[in-house]
Amino acid sequence: MAHEHKLEIFRGLWKFKSNTQKIWGVLAFLSFVTAIEVILGIYKPEILMHTWIDPLEGGFFATIGNIILSPIVFMKPLNLIFILLTIVKAYYITWDFMHMRDEVKALRRMVVWTAVFLICYLVFILLQEGGYVFSVYNADDALITRDF
Amino acid sequence: MDSTVASTGTEGKTWGGGNKPLKASYGKMMMWFFIVSDALTFSGFLAAYGFSRFKFIKEWPIADEVFTHVPFLHGQELPMIYVAFMTFILIMSSVTMVLAVDAGHHMNKAKVTLYMFLTIIGGLIFVGSQAWEWATFIQGDYGAVQTNGGNILQFGEYVTVDGKEKFKRISIDEFAIASEGVRAQHERKNGLWFVAEESLPPYTVSEIYNGLAANSNILVRTQLINEEGEKTVLSREESLKQIKENGKLVVKGANLKVNEYGTSLFADFFFFITGFHGFHVFSGVVLNIIIFFNVVLGTYERRGSYEMVEKVGLYWHFVDLVWVFVFTFFYLV
Repeated sequence: MAHEHKLEIFRGLWKFKSNTQKIWGVLAFLSFVTAIEVILGIYKPEILMHTWIDPLEGGFFATIGNIILSPIVFMKPLNLIFILLTIVKAYYITWDFMHMRDEVKALRRMVVWTAVFLICYLVFILLQEGGYVFSVYNADDALITRDF
Repeated sequence: MDSTVASTGTEGKTWGGGNKPLKASYGKMMMWFFIVSDALTFSGFLAAYGFSRFKFIKEWPIADEVFTHVPFLHGQELPMIYVAFMTFILIMSSVTMVLAVDAGHHMNKAKVTLYMFLTIIGGLIFVGSQAWEWATFIQGDYGAVQTNGGNILQFGEYVTVDGKEKFKRISIDEFAIASEGVRAQHERKNGLWFVAEESLPPYTVSEIYNGLAANSNILVRTQLINEEGEKTVLSREESLKQIKENGKLVVKGANLKVNEYGTSLFADFFFFITGFHGFHVFSGVVLNIIIFFNVVLGTYERRGSYEMVEKVGLYWHFVDLVWVFVFTFFYLV
């Protein structure tokens, strides 16, 4: 059985001599990313705790702009960093530990694109709906009462 | 004899069968497709968590304040440290798994055995940590009072740490004034036979109120998150008023019905998502053990291929992958 592995990560910036070495390299990288997440999570730098720009106001194009820029308009930069680092970690786990890098393009696309598309769709729908329910609960004429 | 067509004339051609356009065996491909569907299940859970959180975005518990414990370090507030340790353990066991797969490619039985063993150990440490985390969460630490509307009121005082004023939580055990009273628990044998009462909370609301009235430094904290991203603290008068008029039940710890950390949905999702993930880890460990014994017995040596290790490895990495997301969305964001 032939088991050829592609032995470079970061688009060829980091090359390894053997598959075993690559595994340890990826481990080092993943641990590094996790360490950054934990340090940011504990210290929560003040600058990352508030969105840097306010939602655009105006007509139709402002709404379109808000939708396109929603990760930076509505999300704290800290949370955006966490999500991006998570996706980076997921990429290296799938590509190097699960050997997706060595599979043929068709298999890779079947698995990754299907999942990515459906997950994005699901997350969009549910978060959108959650935000809507929030606005209904917290509207001035909301029909629910609160203790305080 | 010629009534059945044995030959179609397409052997060796594209549609003659036996092609492997994806260059992956049937088993491996099915494992990938299973992983896709399982990933969708997990993202359904996490998206539902996001839905509920967006619904109550102004009052959702802050994970840093909930998961602060580390085994053997009692009384210290160390948010995230233990979860980070668990994450590292799981990534580490993913590494030993992929090393086992690599050793399998080289038909090195001794190394596969060793790495599979280490993977199982890592999985067991993770499941054990998860159990500890659950036990700590269920037991609770400070206790709280639930209002008639189902909101959670917590207690604490302002202290000055390094010149900064900080709100420090106080456990209900420290200030509640326990009073003598008889309250028989409703059991099947002394009441209605078809209903049973659950165990009573440690204190009654009036005991908490008496303790609160006696300690003028203690304030009530609500779940509402203010501009600074912190929970709102009520004034002294308001604190007493809320507990007296609105307090309904003393809550210690968390279960599927009540949750001292905040909205009970938080506890429900915690149990459901980490529980479902923990169940995956558990079944992964069981699969790994089966494969481990097959390796030791030389099944794959005789078969001439360690592909089973690779397939179960895919599942194991997937469990790690899911944890990376659970870690982010439950503990970090």
